[in-house]
Amino acid sequence: MADAAVPRFWRAIPQRYNLIANQCSTCKKVYFPPRESCPYCRRKSIGKMKNIKLSGRGEIVTFTIIHDAPEQFEGQAPYPMAIIKLDEGPKITAQIVDCDNNVKIGMKVQSTFRKIQEDGWVGALYYGYKFKPVK
Amino acid sequence: MRDVAIIGVGLTEFGELWDKSFRELIAEAGSKAIFDSGIGASEIDALYIGCMSAGRFVGQAHVGALVADQAGFSHLHIPSIRVESADASGGLALRQGYLSVASGLNDIVVVGGIEKMTDVTGNAASDILATGLDQEWETFFGVTYPGIYAMIANRHMHDYGTTREQLAQVAVKNHANGSLNPYAQFKRPIDIKNVLNAPIVASPLGMLDCSPLSDGAAAVVLCALDKAKKYTDKPVKIIGSGQASDMLPLHGRENICTFEATVYAARSAYKQAGIQPKDIDVAEVHDCFTIAEILAVEDLGFVKKGDGGKAIENKITTLDGQIPVNTSGGLKAKGHPVGATGVSQIAEIVFQLRGQADKRQIKDAKVGLAHSIGGDGASCVVHVLEAMK
Amino acid sequence: MTKNNVIGIVSYGAHVPRYRIKSSDIARAWGKDPDTIANGLGINEKSVPSLDQDVATISVEAARAALARCDIDPQDIDAIYVGSESHPYAVKPTGTIVGEAIGATPNLMVADYEFACKAGTAAIQSCMALVKADMARYGLAIGSDTSQAAPGDALEYAASAGGAAFIIGNKNVIASLNYTCSFTTDTPDFWRREGNKYPSHGGRFTGEPAYFRHIINNTKNLMIHVGTKPEDYNYAIFHQPNGKFPVRVAKMLGFSPEQVKQGLLCPFIGNTYSGASMLGLASVLDVAKPGDRIMVTSYGSGAGSDSFDITVTDQIEQMQRNKAPLVSQLIENKEYIDYATYAKFRDLLYWE
Repeated sequence: MADAAVPRFWRAIPQRYNLIANQCSTCKKVYFPPRESCPYCRRKSIGKMKNIKLSGRGEIVTFTIIHDAPEQFEGQAPYPMAIIKLDEGPKITAQIVDCDNNVKIGMKVQSTFRKIQEDGWVGALYYGYKFKPVK
Repeated sequence: MRDVAIIGVGLTEFGELWDKSFRELIAEAGSKAIFDSGIGASEIDALYIGCMSAGRFVGQAHVGALVADQAGFSHLHIPSIRVESADASGGLALRQGYLSVASGLNDIVVVGGIEKMTDVTGNAASDILATGLDQEWETFFGVTYPGIYAMIANRHMHDYGTTREQLAQVAVKNHANGSLNPYAQFKRPIDIKNVLNAPIVASPLGMLDCSPLSDGAAAVVLCALDKAKKYTDKPVKIIGSGQASDMLPLHGRENICTFEATVYAARSAYKQAGIQPKDIDVAEVHDCFTIAEILAVEDLGFVKKGDGGKAIENKITTLDGQIPVNTSGGLKAKGHPVGATGVSQIAEIVFQLRGQADKRQIKDAKVGLAHSIGGDGASCVVHVLEAMK
Repeated sequence: MTKNNVIGIVSYGAHVPRYRIKSSDIARAWGKDPDTIANGLGINEKSVPSLDQDVATISVEAARAALARCDIDPQDIDAIYVGSESHPYAVKPTGTIVGEAIGATPNLMVADYEFACKAGTAAIQSCMALVKADMARYGLAIGSDTSQAAPGDALEYAASAGGAAFIIGNKNVIASLNYTCSFTTDTPDFWRREGNKYPSHGGRFTGEPAYFRHIINNTKNLMIHVGTKPEDYNYAIFHQPNGKFPVRVAKMLGFSPEQVKQGLLCPFIGNTYSGASMLGLASVLDVAKPGDRIMVTSYGSGAGSDSFDITVTDQIEQMQRNKAPLVSQLIENKEYIDYATYAKFRDLLYWE
């Protein structure tokens, strides 16, 4: 990932740093990342979507240990990636850390703040969420 | 809408084709298809081209114009449309071509699929393939295309008891079929031990659970059925065409182990064709990874949800099984030049329905299905074809 | 209107990365006798950041821990200063990343600090002044590092990773910052030139004319000003470049090993540089009781010492310290790595 991805990353900082989602005031469904309007309530939800901050707590739905990693992640391989169902409803894809590569479906996890990518030697640093097991 | 038939097919070999450029590959497939159909160049009304990412693989956009040029048709000034849906680009190009003839807009079109993946390094090619996933919310965080399918495999194993060996058997079957296919990238059979001992790419998938990086092109000629007899006595009729979309990231789906896009696209194609899944005699499905074939046979309705592993174990999908799947060798053994794949699947079904599939021939094949998936199931195209007497 | 409220620490938080490498494994990699090294330096093992951890991530964890222990609205934090000698960027502050990650932006004063290992305590002094001048309701001072050390250098046994965050204010303080003073000279004992990867140092010059001179002078000055003697303190925290110096300087000043023990973390996690004195203070606050008196003297090469005279208030009993990991828990939560993995994580091998 080279060429000027900085604005794209910057726009997503509230989501990447703080798990800011939004919720439809009508049906109460929670969306991460936030949506313009609720796909189910449609025009009834326009202007009625409220930002909420997710707790970061969730449960692992499925996972894999990535061995063959993209260049930016090579140093960390092998590392676990998982789909996590957050307590508030949405599912999210993220790396699991502090787990000794020991990951199970159903494991409870909590979000944590880590560096996700470096844009080479001279580019920007991109921070965001990873998840670690909780007892 | 009027009936549409396929009157010609052409393929290049699939593989790491160092000596052949993007332009040469599509020209080769196109001219083979046109030659096979017997039409003249001036009879072609339009070109439809499926290509996922020439912009990143060979630095080239404007693929529609490029292909018309390479085909030698520029002086005819016909419309040339490039279509993209990640690795379903070829299947989608066929659908768009089909709709243009069915609607009466065109009488004869050539549909091509092309991808040249080896002009960049393996790492770069993997990154480019991963652009079919959700860039902001999947790949940004470190998951890869095999990683996504590995997550599906792990959940499928958890929910339905599918085993690592069953996944491996998909690869073994497809290599066995591929060894009978002159166009296949891998013509060597493998055994289950090869698959289980291959280096792990993303657990539980190893290198031999994954389709390769490939170069290749395929093309078919579509013609309104009522005009097809002029060119061939073995037209193959498109009797069903379906397309569906779904949430882009895998985590957006309700159920990790079902591709709703396949279910909906297939339902739509079956309805149009007036058939049930059990009426399919032979199928080419999108086995980008072994688990993808297991999902496909379930989502296409060949077996119940969860029974995909048992199906391969009980040899239901082999050449002499109840419903032969991927007689060409599938994406795994035939190769997966992504934009070309969807069209090459159609070519294989046409060979089967014409009785030209040689050592892979399924006896009395009358109705065939081609299934093409984009990314991790966010789009799907399904076509059902029937042999005409 | 001037506030007469006591200025002090309102909340605190700490973070230490999980990975550890033993001194004996580093020694073996370089053909040195493992026991001699460990005993000589008083360091058994040190913390190592993983590839996805840096001063920004450690600072965010520590700041979030501090917020977890109190009820402050992050929007009421009016200033953030992060002190480190291993900021992820040479130009672009760590403080803004922390500010966004804790929801304190946009009405916020931010700057990053540098003064070798005392950058974090300098940040505390600035926050104290802002609160006293009524220019900030709360200030967040963070000291954190993922310090670099040249492979094979003596510093390699000590240079580790960790950080602590302190919210300074004048409401509901759990520990009052009674007085602070600094002793500063231009003493080039340890430095890193712009663009260089690893620091250099003056060998034994880093001892008496540097570490000892500044800590001893500043601590004495503070005690003279405040009118205290070593025995008036329950705890004494000194900067800890190894496990021996803090005990020795304590003795030279008249403090006992018992006073130093709770804040002495170097034997278990190494020298966390800008995090060192701050983590020592966090470790003391984890167990301190109302009325406890604490002396903190940091040291930063180049050179200078910041000292603080601190009294723990009754308010500390109201704080739910277990809403965030205690320093002892962070120390115990560990996973060992070998030298090869360490080299990969610390980027000792050039690879692209």
